[in-house]
Amino acid sequence: MTKFLEVNNLSVGFPTPDGLVKAANNVSYSVDLGETLAIVGESGSGKSVSNLAVMGLHNPINTQISGSAVLNLPTGPVDVITADTEVVRRLRGKVMSMIFQDPMSALHPYYSVGDQIAEAWSLYNEGSKKDGLKRAQQMLDLVGIPAADKRVNEFPHQFSGGMRQRVMIAMALVNNPSLLIADEPTTALDVTVQAQILSLLKDLQKEFNMAIILITHDLGVVAQVADRVSVMYGGQVVESATADQTFYKSIQPYTIGLLDSIPRVDITGSHRLRSIPGQPPSLINLPAGCAFAPRCSFASEVTDNKCRVVEPELVEKRADHFARCHISAEQLLDISASRAGK
Amino acid sequence: MKIEKGEKMLKYISKRLAYTLFLILLVSITVFFIFDLLPVDPARLICSKQCTPQIVEANRHKLGLDVPVLEQWWRFIQGLFAGRTYGDGDIAFTCPAPAFGYSYPRHECVTTMIGKAFPVTLSLALGAFALWISVGVSLGILAARKKGKFADRASSVFVLVGTSLPTFITGILVVLFIVLQFNIVNPLELGDWANPFTDPFGWLKAFFFPCATLALSYAATYTRFTRSNVIETSSEDYIRTARAKGLSEKVILRKHTLRAALAPIATIAGLDFAGLLGGAIITEGIFGLNGLGKMSITAVLETYDLPVIVATTLIASTFLVVMNLIVDILYAFLDPRVRQS
Amino acid sequence: MSENILEVTNLTKYFNSASGGIFNRKKGVVKAVDGVTIKVRRGETVGLVGESGCGKTTVGRTVIKLYEPTNGQIIFDDQDITNLKRREMKSIRSKMQMIFQDPFASLNPRHTVGTIIEASFTIHGVKPVGGTKKAVGELLERVGLNPEHLNRFPHEFSGGQRQRIGIARALALTPKLIVADEPVSALDVSIQAQVINLLDDLQKELGLSYLFVAHDLSVVQHISDRVLVMYLGKVMEEAKTSELFLSPRHPYTKALLSAVPIPDPQLERKRERILLQGDLPSPMNPPPGCVFHTRCWKVQDKCRVEVPQIIQIAPNHSLACHFPEPAK
Repeated sequence: MTKFLEVNNLSVGFPTPDGLVKAANNVSYSVDLGETLAIVGESGSGKSVSNLAVMGLHNPINTQISGSAVLNLPTGPVDVITADTEVVRRLRGKVMSMIFQDPMSALHPYYSVGDQIAEAWSLYNEGSKKDGLKRAQQMLDLVGIPAADKRVNEFPHQFSGGMRQRVMIAMALVNNPSLLIADEPTTALDVTVQAQILSLLKDLQKEFNMAIILITHDLGVVAQVADRVSVMYGGQVVESATADQTFYKSIQPYTIGLLDSIPRVDITGSHRLRSIPGQPPSLINLPAGCAFAPRCSFASEVTDNKCRVVEPELVEKRADHFARCHISAEQLLDISASRAGK
Repeated sequence: MKIEKGEKMLKYISKRLAYTLFLILLVSITVFFIFDLLPVDPARLICSKQCTPQIVEANRHKLGLDVPVLEQWWRFIQGLFAGRTYGDGDIAFTCPAPAFGYSYPRHECVTTMIGKAFPVTLSLALGAFALWISVGVSLGILAARKKGKFADRASSVFVLVGTSLPTFITGILVVLFIVLQFNIVNPLELGDWANPFTDPFGWLKAFFFPCATLALSYAATYTRFTRSNVIETSSEDYIRTARAKGLSEKVILRKHTLRAALAPIATIAGLDFAGLLGGAIITEGIFGLNGLGKMSITAVLETYDLPVIVATTLIASTFLVVMNLIVDILYAFLDPRVRQS
Repeated sequence: MSENILEVTNLTKYFNSASGGIFNRKKGVVKAVDGVTIKVRRGETVGLVGESGCGKTTVGRTVIKLYEPTNGQIIFDDQDITNLKRREMKSIRSKMQMIFQDPFASLNPRHTVGTIIEASFTIHGVKPVGGTKKAVGELLERVGLNPEHLNRFPHEFSGGQRQRIGIARALALTPKLIVADEPVSALDVSIQAQVINLLDDLQKELGLSYLFVAHDLSVVQHISDRVLVMYLGKVMEEAKTSELFLSPRHPYTKALLSAVPIPDPQLERKRERILLQGDLPSPMNPPPGCVFHTRCWKVQDKCRVEVPQIIQIAPNHSLACHFPEPAK
C-alpha cells in the first residue's frame, strides 16, 4: 500500500571547510492522508533538515541531496528530490505546506496578516485582491481568531504568540494542501496555548483529511497527537513504529533511554532520572558503527564489539515496527516491559 | 477608528514641528554668539586702506554690530519676516522679506545671493543623489544575490575604492585625468550655471562630473549597506515562510526582501541628501560651482561676512532638521511596528 | 537561626513602560510582580511555575536584587536585604547565586572557563586554600567536567557542558541559596536529565536551597519539594509538590496541568483536557478582581470584582480563589 508521502533513503549533506556535515543519512519514512506522523529527535538529529528537503527549501548551491521523496498525487507520483525546481515550487503552498517554530519571526512585519494570507491564496486562485482578503478572513475564522473581520487588516506584531501561530496555520492551509509539515510548531508557546494549537491541528486534519508530519523533541506532544512515530538520532531514523509500540514496546536503546530520562507530571515522588550519558554526536565526524553506541548502555553486551564497528540497518523487526540496532528485539522488549510495568 | 489614527498623527506632527522650530531658533542664536566670540573684527575688514577709528565705528554701526548679541539676533529674526533696511540716509536700501541680511563685501542682499547659489547646490545634490542611489543600491542588490561570486567581489573592490578616496582627491583626479585629458568639457565652462529646463545639455556639461565625483563615496557606502541589509534580510524566517508558500524567487526578492531591506536605507538616504542641501563645499570648490558651499566657505574664511554665515548655517540646519522629521514619518509608513500599538 | 533561608513577603515589582508607536506614546506600568510571598526553607527546593508574563523570572531576579523591589520585604539568611544598596549587597551576593537559562549567552565568550569561575573568587577577594587554580579544578570536577579543560573557551563546549560551567561558577563561593532561572529549558532532552540529576546531587551534598523558576511543569515536579503557581504577577496556588500535582485546587492549576502532555499515548487518549479560551491578558492591563477570571470556566460575578486573598485550604496548601475546586 503506498502512502501519500514516501521518503526513501533521503540524505542531506552540507559541505563545509571542516568536512561534509551529514545532516540526514538514508532517512526513510512515510505518512498517509488523515494520518499524523511524529518525527522525534533532539537538535542535530536531522528531523528538520529532512523535511526541508521534502519541501525543496534547501539552498541548492551548498546542499547535497540524494534519495527520493515521492508524493503520490492523484495525477501521478512526483519525486520532489529529482523533479524540476519549478515543479516543486508549484507544489509548495498548494499540495504541501510547512509551518515553523517561531511565529514571531515567521511573518513579514510590514504586511498585514490578511495581505500575507491573500498572497498565498492568489498564487493558486483566480480572483481580485478583495476576494483574497475575504478568503483570508474566512481562514482566520476557521483557525479560531476572534473578530476576524477586523484582525485581517492588522499586522503580525499586534498578535500574541499563539494567535500568530494560528495565522501561520491559516496561511498554510488556505489552498487545502494534502500534507502539512509542522516543525516544532508549539515549542515557543506556553503550554496552555500549545494545547489549543494541537487540538486545532487535529480538528483541521479531520476537516481537510490532511497528512500531518509533526516535528518535535517533546515526547508528551508525540503521545498526544501521533499515529506513527519515527525517532531520529545522528541524522538517521533509528526506530519507526506506531505510537503505542514506541512508548510501550520500544526496541531501540535510544528511545528507551529517552523515555527513561524525562520527568512526567503524573508521576510524583523523587526517583532519580535515568539520564543518557555523553553528548549527541558531531555530524561531521560520526563514530564508526552505530551512532548511538558511545552512549548506549547495552553496546557492551553485543559480541565482538559489533556496535562500534558495524553500522546497523533499519530493519523491520516486528510487524510494521522498524529499528536500527544490533540487539535482538526480544532482549529490548524485556527491558521495555519491565519499564512500563513500573 | 481611522479618524482617531489621523488625529494622533496630526498631534505628533505638530509636536515635532514645534520642536523643530525651537531647534532652528536655538541654532540661529548659537551662530550669533559664536560669531561674537570670534577674534576677528569684520568692521575693520571692510575698511579700505584709509582706515580711521571713526570709519571703523561707522562700519560697526552699519553692520549692526554695536548692539548686544541678543538684539542683533532679534533684529535678524524680524528681518526674516518683515524685510530690513540697512544703512541710513541716501545710502540706505532695503532687502525685502525674507531678509537674511546684507553682505557688504558683495554689496548684495543675502537673500539674492542665496537665490543664485541654491539652484546650483540643489542640482549638485539631486544629481549626486540620483546617481548614488541608482548605482549604489542596484550594485548592492546584485552583490547580495551573487554573494561570493565574481560580481560580489568586484563590487567590494568598488566599495573599497569609493570609501577610501576622499572627495577632494576624487575631484582633482577627475578634473586632471578625465576632463582635461579628453577635453570633454571646456574647463573654463565647468562651473557655469545653465538652467536644466531650458538648456539641459549645458546643465549636464556643468554638473555631470561634479555629481559623479560627489556620488562616488556615497555610492560605495550604499553598496555596502544595501548588500549587507539584503543578505541579512534574506536569512530572516519570514523569507523562508514566503518560499514555503510557493512564491517565486523574483517575487520574494521584490515584495518581501527588498521591502524590508531598503526601508532603513530610504531613511538614511533622506538624511544624507538633506546634508548636501547645505552645500558640498569641497566639490563646489574643485569644480568652481557657485553654490551654497562656496558661499559659506568664502564667508567664513575670507570675508567674515556674518549675515552670509548665519544664513547658510541656518539653511543647512533647517534642511537637516526638517528632513529628520520627514524621515521619521516616512519610516512609520514603511514599518507598521513603529506606528501605533 | 530561623528555618527559612529566604523569606519574601508581599513582593511587588512594577516597571515603567512607554508603549505604543511614535504616534501613540502611552506611559504605563507593568505590574510584573504584584504581591508575592514565598518562603524557602534551608535545604529545600521551591519551584516557581507559570506561563509567559506571570512574573516568575522577575521574582527570581528581584530576590537576588538584580532588580530593586518596588515594595515588599526580602529577608535572606535572617537579614533584611530589601533596601540594601549595591555595595552592601556585595558580601551577601556570595551567599546567593543565580544560574541562567541561556548557556550560550551567560558566559563571556572571550574568557576561558577558568577565568570565568575564578572571577567569583576575585570579585569577592576570596583566596581559597590551596590556590584558585586548584579550587577551580575541583569545581569543574564536581559538576562532571574535566578539570584540565579550564583553559578552553565556552564555544568549545556543548550546551549542557556550558550549563555545568554556569553551575560551577555559582558554586564557587559555597552559596546557601541558588536561584535557577529556567536552567534546563534550552538544553536537549537527553541532557536535561543529566543537569537535573547534577542539581539534585549537589543539593544533597552541599545542603543547598533552590528557588527553581521554570515553565516546564514536569521538570519542576521532579525537582521541587514545594511549588508555587503564578499568573499575571500573582500567586494562584502553593502546596507540597505531590499534593499540588495530584490534587490541584485552583482552576488555573488544574487547567495548566491538564494542558501538559504526558508521554503515554493511552493515558493521553483517556484524558479530559481543560482548554482555556482566549489569550493571556497584557500585564500592563491586568483584569480587575481575580486576574484569572477572564479565562476561568467557573467565573462568577464575585470574581470580576473582588481580588481573592490567599487562604489556607489544607495544611501546607494555600490558594487565591473564591471558588476552589474540590479535593481529589
